[in-house]
Amino acid sequence: MISEPFAVGDSLLHRTDPAVKIISAMALALSIATSSSFQVAGAGLLVAACCCYAAELPLGPLARRLATVNIFILLLWITLPLTGGGGHMVRLGSLELSGKGIALAGLISLKANAVYLLLTALLSTSTIAAIGHGLERLHLPNKLTILLLTTYRYLGRIELEYKRLRRSATLRCFHGSTNLHTYRTYGYLIGMTLIRSYERSRRIHQAMIMRGFTGTFPVLIQQRTGTMDLLFLALCVCISLLFSFLTIR
Amino acid sequence: MHISEGILSLPILAGGGAFAIIGTAIGLKHIDTDHIIETSLLSSAFFVASLVHIPLGPGSVHLVLNGLVGILLGWASVPAIATALFLQALLFGFGGLTVLGVNTVVMAGPAVAVYYLFGPMIRKEGRTRMIGAFCAGMVAILLSTCLLALALVGTDRSFLDTARLLLAAQIPLMLLEGVITMFVVSFLARVQPELLNFSSRVHP
Repeated sequence: MISEPFAVGDSLLHRTDPAVKIISAMALALSIATSSSFQVAGAGLLVAACCCYAAELPLGPLARRLATVNIFILLLWITLPLTGGGGHMVRLGSLELSGKGIALAGLISLKANAVYLLLTALLSTSTIAAIGHGLERLHLPNKLTILLLTTYRYLGRIELEYKRLRRSATLRCFHGSTNLHTYRTYGYLIGMTLIRSYERSRRIHQAMIMRGFTGTFPVLIQQRTGTMDLLFLALCVCISLLFSFLTIR
Repeated sequence: MHISEGILSLPILAGGGAFAIIGTAIGLKHIDTDHIIETSLLSSAFFVASLVHIPLGPGSVHLVLNGLVGILLGWASVPAIATALFLQALLFGFGGLTVLGVNTVVMAGPAVAVYYLFGPMIRKEGRTRMIGAFCAGMVAILLSTCLLALALVGTDRSFLDTARLLLAAQIPLMLLEGVITMFVVSFLARVQPELLNFSSRVHP
């Protein structure tokens, strides 16, 4: 359930410094997401597609992720054309659709997909651990990076813990449906998962204290920001400034 | 309950970001180094629990559990939820980076609210605790949906009907969250009551 299919690889984007990628992704995403122009949204999608190509992302997992992103967008396509209002109406059989609503839904679809592809190409090409250390180098509070790295580290463990509880419930003929018994069982399963994680966290904390934990994680691989990284950063910032300029104009 | 990228306007995104940063800063102040690992693991447990699909009528829904997070973690739920949302954006593509602030406010704001509203009830015994837990689970989702609707309508008036639809669609989830939160709290109260006082022990 929890995996990082895009983090393995040796493309240009995989080798770029995570800290640089975080800033670039933030700048580009903000400039595209806040734009109200179709040109910028389209150009953003193009830039995002180029990044995905450069990152040599596997197409299967990427398509599946895009499908989840577009579920909420689908809701907008259902409601906005019917309720968007505005003067210009489009006739479709007996339905009167709002031109403004259709335009808004179209713009949002372009922007959402562009930003999502961009984030995948830039951020998912690093492991979460690398992103965490990148954030630390960008001077995020130390506690926040510890929270991020530890939460991520134990996701898989706790998922296994939950699955084991769920399996033992199945072995005892538990079958979920819409009734109070099902909800009580799920409530207890979740409660037990919380207790197990709490117990585990105390053991981990003791083990960490014993090994001299003082509130920081030492970093084994020191990432350096090279000339290529800075060039990449400059390029991304220029593109996002251009997008912002085009939006304001 | 996430909002995707590219929908909200700049003022809403900036406002959400600012509130999220303030909340996260307050939350981090409430976590000391001795409890950061406990907070992290509870936060991964909530992440896993939010992926669980619960049968409801003909289909199934997945839980949010921000009410439960709020009851257990108090102010620490803001950085915990922000972290979980960041991970969800990177791992599954739910939500996103520019909307991280807004999503954090939408989910963590109600968590802190129910901590103050129903926390005292949950530390009592018997029926009061059960009612408090049910209300915490239900009200957290209600407030989250209202905040989400507000963010949508604040961006563009054409979202008014989408927001109404969203609010109506969340009513079954509100009841379900209330019931599940109630059972989780009753279980914790019997098996490990110290967890219910976790936040007051971390920052007395």
